[in-house]
Amino acid sequence: MTTLQVDVWRGAEDGRYQRFEVPREANQTVLDVVTYIQRRLDATLAYRFACRVGMCGSCAMTVNGVARWTCRTHVSKVTRDGRVEIGPLRNLPVIRDLATDMREFFDKWARAKGALAPTATRKDDFARVPPDSPQRAAASAGIECIGCGVCYASCDVVAWNPDYLGPAALNRAWTLVNDVRDGARIERLRAVAGDAGCHACHTHMSCTERCPKQIAPTASIAGLKRATAIAALKGEL
Amino acid sequence: MSARAETRLWIAQRASAVVLALCVVVHLIVIVYAMRGGLSAAEILGRTRGNAGWLIFYGVFVLAAAVHAPIGLRAICSEWLGWRGRSLSVAVHLLAVVLAVLGLRAVWAVFA
Repeated sequence: MTTLQVDVWRGAEDGRYQRFEVPREANQTVLDVVTYIQRRLDATLAYRFACRVGMCGSCAMTVNGVARWTCRTHVSKVTRDGRVEIGPLRNLPVIRDLATDMREFFDKWARAKGALAPTATRKDDFARVPPDSPQRAAASAGIECIGCGVCYASCDVVAWNPDYLGPAALNRAWTLVNDVRDGARIERLRAVAGDAGCHACHTHMSCTERCPKQIAPTASIAGLKRATAIAALKGEL
Repeated sequence: MSARAETRLWIAQRASAVVLALCVVVHLIVIVYAMRGGLSAAEILGRTRGNAGWLIFYGVFVLAAAVHAPIGLRAICSEWLGWRGRSLSVAVHLLAVVLAVLGLRAVWAVFA
């Protein structure tokens, strides 16, 4: 039986990698490996998962230096010489082992005004949004985000500027800027402008490169730069 | 700084970048052209002295650089040095003035 040598982060900010030997299986995912360690080798290992099918966004970790959704990452894709290193996501405080504190990540969605501000009441008819309208297309391009934090962990600007809202929150804001039902466009553009918002993005595109849902937050952020610039020139900002 | 002010800074940097891109291309072409017959101060001054076209061109070039560089440096200082706030704002404004004064002085020197 072939085995996999797995180095897993143990501890909080201060910690070290601990080596485990895990049996290699066909079609084994990184999450399978972590689950094997927790169930068979060391029950004290802390990690987070829920759906196991790439929908919930809770199992993202750093695998051989790259942030990935572990439930949909096959070991065969990431292993190097029969070794794999699994750590917590970057740019987030580590609670313990592979579990990070994601409060700041989601608080930034709120700071970017990531909630719809409805303009209709329950007495109004359904909004009719033509599927092929440019705004609907722009919203659709970013709407499938599962909030896994891979983009946030991959972003150098987040590491340099802790106030930066990050790719996921800005992508969310861009989908709402393009939502014709929303009534808080200018407030939202104000919230995402400036050094903590879209203008801090350097277009490194790590978020777009790493997003497991193939979303391009960089394109969304560029859209916000255009929208805020136009609003500023019109004197609306 | 307000969202509006920061957005305006971003617009100013992008707009000055467009000007700089054109200016740098013209500047490089002039350098290559000027080098053909050997480089001499007399030849350069012969081209620029009393020439309002070059005065305006290099004046615009200097002003675009004086707008562009401090905004970029401001971002680098906040991200890499953690330097933020009013002191940084004062420093980059000073840099803008120094760049503009030194640059325009040089432009005037080869014109007058």
